Amino acid sequence: MNAEQPTPGMAVHCQEIVELVTDYLEGALDPDMTAEVEAHLQLCDGCDIYVEQIRTTIRALGKVPVATLSEEAQAELVRAFRDMRGPTATA
Amino acid sequence: MSSADAKRHRMRSRASDDNQPADAALVDQLRTGDAAAFAQIVRAWSPMMLHVARMYVSTDASAQEVVQEAWLAMIQGLDKFEGRSSLRTWMLAILGNIGRSRGVREARTVPLSSLGPDEDDGPAVDPDRFRGPGDRWPRNWTPLGKPRPWPRSPEEEIMAAENRTQLENGLAELPERQRTVVTLRDVHGLSSDEVSSFLGLSAGNQRVLLHRGRSRLRGRLEMYYAAGEPVMGT
Repeated sequence: MNAEQPTPGMAVHCQEIVELVTDYLEGALDPDMTAEVEAHLQLCDGCDIYVEQIRTTIRALGKVPVATLSEEAQAELVRAFRDMRGPTATA
Repeated sequence: MSSADAKRHRMRSRASDDNQPADAALVDQLRTGDAAAFAQIVRAWSPMMLHVARMYVSTDASAQEVVQEAWLAMIQGLDKFEGRSSLRTWMLAILGNIGRSRGVREARTVPLSSLGPDEDDGPAVDPDRFRGPGDRWPRNWTPLGKPRPWPRSPEEEIMAAENRTQLENGLAELPERQRTVVTLRDVHGLSSDEVSSFLGLSAGNQRVLLHRGRSRLRGRLEMYYAAGEPVMGT
């Protein structure tokens, strides 16, 4: 293999991939680097697993339970909306 | 389309800021008094707003009042919304104003304005898991350092509950700026633009904080799965 012209995916190392993953997922890499990262992920099992685990982490974060307003408070806001902006509210 | 492309596409659409047409339709609905549309955004946005409000005030009860006040101000000010930002960004600005004045009255220092630098400048992954400079494949995974697949069942009830506990504890332990960005982006689903503009961060700094936070949380789940491996068997 010619070391001066690395095959696509071999120009970046795994240690760099783990630092580029967020820029990659955010679409913040330029097209050449995006292609390089994708080529690397095709070749490298470890990095492919790593990126999938970041995705799993993001999905799981989306399921963390969160507090919200009580049903009563929400209903009260909807009533206030009707009073102020409903079809019958304005002159 | 390769599976990597498909996955990326899915991520993009999730993090998309491209909701302007939907936004304009929503504003029209609200202006014409569509209470169902209003109820829907109250349901969808209030959890995120409560989290934000809680940054300014010292109790959950105060935060609830700030959020309710912000919704009322939004209803009253709807005609002044000019569509220069998304409706949600505008709502966040209203919420921030109300939260700040309430925080001042409660003599609470506002964390957003005083967010110090994070001490955590560490790498996403322990450098020991990569081959050294003298190796034939420098900076690639060592056999032992290479990530192993997690159990294929993170969606299953019990695992999901365990996952959540790990993530909730992990979030609580993140440096404040990372926690704020990860929570708003990944727990509450705000876009990068919304988070950057609300927190006054450059797009690049927002990504750095998101990156460190997500990397740490992945590491935490990995440790949890690794510790569970012998017990879980195959």
